Amino acid sequence: MSQPDFLVHDKADNVGVIVVETVEAGKTLSGLIMETGEKIEVKALDAIPLGHKIALVDMSENDTVLKYSSDIGRMVADAKIGNHVHVHNCKTKRW
Amino acid sequence: MSLPKTFLGYRRENGRVGIRNYVVILPLDDLSNAAAEKVAANTAGCIALPHHYGRLQFGADLDLHFRTLIGTGCNPNVAAVIVIGIEAGWTGKVVDGIRATGKPVEGFGISGNGEIQIVADASRKAKEMVHWASELQREPCDISELWISMKCGESDTTSGLASNPTVGNLVDKLDPLGVTTCFGETSELTGAEQECAKRAVTPEIGEKFMKTWQAYMDEVIEPHKTSDLSDSQPTKGNIAGGLTTIEEKAFGNFQKIGKKTKFVDVLEPAEMPSAGKGLYFMDTSSAAAECVTLQAAAGFVVHLFPTGQGNIIGNPIEPVIKLTANPKTVRTMGEHVDVDVSGILSGEMNLDQAGDALIDMTIRTCNGRMTAAEVLKHREFVMTKLYRSA
Repeated sequence: MSQPDFLVHDKADNVGVIVVETVEAGKTLSGLIMETGEKIEVKALDAIPLGHKIALVDMSENDTVLKYSSDIGRMVADAKIGNHVHVHNCKTKRW
Repeated sequence: MSLPKTFLGYRRENGRVGIRNYVVILPLDDLSNAAAEKVAANTAGCIALPHHYGRLQFGADLDLHFRTLIGTGCNPNVAAVIVIGIEAGWTGKVVDGIRATGKPVEGFGISGNGEIQIVADASRKAKEMVHWASELQREPCDISELWISMKCGESDTTSGLASNPTVGNLVDKLDPLGVTTCFGETSELTGAEQECAKRAVTPEIGEKFMKTWQAYMDEVIEPHKTSDLSDSQPTKGNIAGGLTTIEEKAFGNFQKIGKKTKFVDVLEPAEMPSAGKGLYFMDTSSAAAECVTLQAAAGFVVHLFPTGQGNIIGNPIEPVIKLTANPKTVRTMGEHVDVDVSGILSGEMNLDQAGDALIDMTIRTCNGRMTAAEVLKHREFVMTKLYRSA
């Protein structure tokens, strides 16, 4: 497989991480789930920088964001599959 | 790759093995920095370690001050030490603590002598020490005599995906060989603290970890926070790199201890390990220079530092090896990077190969290769202070 556009730690995760430097809105991205080796495709709805997260499912406010199969925070706004997930729509549950 | 069995180190009087051979000029207090720097300027082969504290400290904070200074002098990367303080009492306490290792150490008090006299006397002594230390030879040492510390910085999501797991891969490979390792960053395990506690060798050590983590929350974070810490943890740099929450950062951080290695004990800041070989957790700040300074003071001789956005820290006595998986950081800040593991993200390298590359660079560094931070003269020596002085 050519270089993936995004990586997903675990099958249970609902976000992936962009690992290429340029992702434009509208581009169909190839992803790799590292736990299983499974390949997936998601169409980006936003321009997303390297290292930033992309939603793999539709999410609503207060949904739990899962990465490493673990709770890494909650959504504070809705996101569609392909949207950028970051501080504008996701927040810690700790402090 | 077959795992290395030996490295070339300097065997010290107490049996510990160092990978560098410094003569350190150690100021007891802020007032003595100038004298220490003058001695180091007079004398080739010396390194002064100026810092900001040492006056009117008391209680646990003073204990930590002494533990850090004495531990720094005791570190096996240090061949010999000159301690300079404003007065003889506390100076002598640091000298005595270092002397227990058997290495050459001498103290100088400025009070009643003046700085010019002390700089002259200490420079003469430093010159003798450098002549002696410069004839010490490296010898083959068993890999089990190596002490390695770990801490990441300017992390981003590539840290959790690749550079931290690369360190974890090294830990899982070297732990069975008897290497002693150490991770810290108490506040930065928040969100993954329960998972971390499960990696203790016994439930009792797991409880000790949870007590330490909870105390940091209760005594440091809760009383002093004025916001939700969203600008400090994660940092602005972390957020620019795509990390959104402390939990996400913590699970990435936690990859550094590998998939199977258990930690054998929980250390106070700058406390020397005493539970035998293996992985240790140390209670530290998550600020890079503070953490590495404490680990060096506990006796660790080489440091592994994964970074995402490009933290450029070094340490004066413990070489810091930088690795990154972020291809943009490799491109824009390559002079700070010792090991490039960005191939993991592009599918050109697997974790096992990355771990082997890091082991190779670690051994080369132990044998004498200078790290990027050493060549670029990064010598961040930062004492941890627990509270205001009296």
